[in-house]
Amino acid sequence: MSTLVEMFSYDFMVRALVAGVAIALVAALIGVPLVLRRSSMIGDGLSHTAFGAVAVALVAGVMPTFLALLIVLMAAFVILWISRNRKVYSDAMIAVLSVSSLAVGVLVISLGGGVNIDLNSYLFGSILAVGWMDAVMSVVLAVMVMILYIVLFKRIFAVTFDAEFAQSVGVKVGLFDAIFALICAVVVVIGMKLLGALLISGLIIFPALTAMRLTKSFKCAIIVGCIVAVVAFLVGLILSFLLTLPTGATVIVVNLVIFLVAVVFNRCL
Amino acid sequence: MKNELLKLEKLTLGFGDNVVIKSADLKVGQGDFVCVVGANGSGKSTLVKGALGLIKPRSGKVVLRDGVRIGYLPQETNFEMNFSATVREVVMSGLLGKMGRRIFYKPADYELMREKLKLLGIMDLESVVFSELSGGQKQKVLLARALMATAELLVLDEPSNNLDYKSRREFYEILLGLNQTGLAIIMITHDLDAEDLIGNKVVAIQDGRVKAFTTAEYMEKFK
Repeated sequence: MSTLVEMFSYDFMVRALVAGVAIALVAALIGVPLVLRRSSMIGDGLSHTAFGAVAVALVAGVMPTFLALLIVLMAAFVILWISRNRKVYSDAMIAVLSVSSLAVGVLVISLGGGVNIDLNSYLFGSILAVGWMDAVMSVVLAVMVMILYIVLFKRIFAVTFDAEFAQSVGVKVGLFDAIFALICAVVVVIGMKLLGALLISGLIIFPALTAMRLTKSFKCAIIVGCIVAVVAFLVGLILSFLLTLPTGATVIVVNLVIFLVAVVFNRCL
Repeated sequence: MKNELLKLEKLTLGFGDNVVIKSADLKVGQGDFVCVVGANGSGKSTLVKGALGLIKPRSGKVVLRDGVRIGYLPQETNFEMNFSATVREVVMSGLLGKMGRRIFYKPADYELMREKLKLLGIMDLESVVFSELSGGQKQKVLLARALMATAELLVLDEPSNNLDYKSRREFYEILLGLNQTGLAIIMITHDLDAEDLIGNKVVAIQDGRVKAFTTAEYMEKFK
């Protein structure tokens, strides 16, 4: 107990806790529909784009969060367009965007030799990188997404289950896709600082997969996904502090363990 | 036409450079049961999607009588195998078009859903996971969802695909029963078997042209 008290006596741990719990919640909320619509790779594509954007921003001396958000938002809409365009192989094009951004990021950092940048902290995350601004932004985002979910829950279900039917009863499916891409972009940019560009998409995918294994209804899947995401983040954060492990990797491994347990207890809720 | 529900006026539809439906005219009235037939790729799904407003017309227009809503049963929707959704959630989603800005369902909405499940003989499936149902049960659930959306006009895109003979006959009996209550139905069918032409009208699509017949006329000419 005293270790926990000590742990949260550090300002950076409190910031990581606030931002992490909020981001984990939002990621789980958007994760279930994205995974069910087979669009979860959007998180991966955007996180690598965010890495490239942050690298350019740091070398150019521009605010990294702001530039990354701007570029990732643009990338989100490009990915949306790609996934709707039947003339291109969307998964291959998302992979092209993803690896190209990563490569550009590494090259820019390498060429901007005078800049002191810890590459690992952006690739694998660093809780020290989370500022109060990020924590506040995460909480505001979480509250907004939760309100959006309550108001639009029935429409989110309809679009996720059968977009064509939803459109036939007047739901604006394109607008939904745009809103989800936008939220995904913000989650990636803020979450990248905690979990890193290579691991942040796990926060979107794992809780959703776990919840889908355990639940029989969409409503339960969303609620269980949120609980799993928050518990996995808290356990991961505490373990990483106690064992001096990287936070991002620890959170993802905790998520993996929970998922494997869920595979055993298939659809019990 | 008396009690006209839907009218297509010189409707032209297509994708890119490809014009699929050329200047189609069609009227559907209360109690009509229209079977849409044509070869694979002739544009049957394109025509109904145009009527539903899912595809923007190149020219012409779709006129729906004021207050008329369409209940749609799409073709072989590829539902995610592990989708966590109960039959209740799926059927209730048919109400969305009528909810306006309402956020929550009312008790009367649940009563309506149970009424539809009872009508289709699937009352016991309400709490069952949709993805665990048989093909015939899934089609009935999706029909219940379409019936939640409308009391006037159903549009079904090859609903008997993947159904065995017995389930297909049972499904058609249900449709004929619904049609006798005054519900208009537009159903795309393969036209491989005259047994599928259960309606009173046939709309045939060939080379992008749409022609309407009574079922008797169509049988006499082509079967």
